[in-house]
Amino acid sequence: MTLELFRIDDRLVHGQVVIGWGLPHALGFLVVVDDEIAAAPWEQELYRMGTPEGMEVVFATVAEAAAAMPNYQADARSGMLLTADVATMVRLAEAAAAVRQVTLGGLHHRADRVPRLRFVFLSPSEESALRGLAARGVTVMAQDVPTSAPIPLEAVLAAEGTE
Amino acid sequence: MSDVRAAVVAGHDSFAAGLCSAVARIVGPAHGLVAVSNEAATPDEIRTALEAALDVSGATVLFTDLPAGSCTMAARRIARARPGLVVVTGVSLPVLLAYVTGSDVAAAVRTGQGAVAVVEGGA
Repeated sequence: MTLELFRIDDRLVHGQVVIGWGLPHALGFLVVVDDEIAAAPWEQELYRMGTPEGMEVVFATVAEAAAAMPNYQADARSGMLLTADVATMVRLAEAAAAVRQVTLGGLHHRADRVPRLRFVFLSPSEESALRGLAARGVTVMAQDVPTSAPIPLEAVLAAEGTE
Repeated sequence: MSDVRAAVVAGHDSFAAGLCSAVARIVGPAHGLVAVSNEAATPDEIRTALEAALDVSGATVLFTDLPAGSCTMAARRIARARPGLVVVTGVSLPVLLAYVTGSDVAAAVRTGQGAVAVVEGGA
């Protein structure tokens, strides 16, 4: 077991994560990488209150997560790392070579975003950043729950929000 | 029905709408439930929708589905700013029926807990 999943999801810790992914992957820990939440104890407690017994939630800044990556990977439990936005995951990937595969799990409507999938809306700058990730050799796909088929980045960017 | 109180019900997809519809089918439509879905919504949008539902209904009780769900997260954030608000997670039809027909929140929750049972075939 190790840190096996890297997910971009603006809801961070929620039902799809703790139940949808948490049960079939027997997730034992979540790493929430967010510079603001890492400095906000009340927000951290909010997320901890929602997680099932036996699932640890760790909060880290990008720099802290990059430094701790070997520890996450050596963990005997299965883990998922979460960021709420593309930019944070890109910063992490630039700082930690262990980020080899990234899943778009949920990025919802925003004024500067266009719909790509039912659960993925992207702005031009986010699309550019994701292409940059892919160009670095990171596999990028979209998949909200484990039972749905992963959708490769190019197919996501070619979609028009109807899938 | 005895006392009828307002409440906001929130959850994944059409869970809340279905629950409210079921309540209406059982006790009639004259209740003060407002359903909110998290479908395709950002955390900020969920919070805004819940706050609007609370304001329009005058409800001081907010029922959600999963303890870790995005609606519950938003509800907890709202509760921090609204001291009189009560958030109940893990809502079910028995809980909601008990509440809208006059039980207080604690009694409604006990009703829901008592309604969960395992019935084994052939026994």
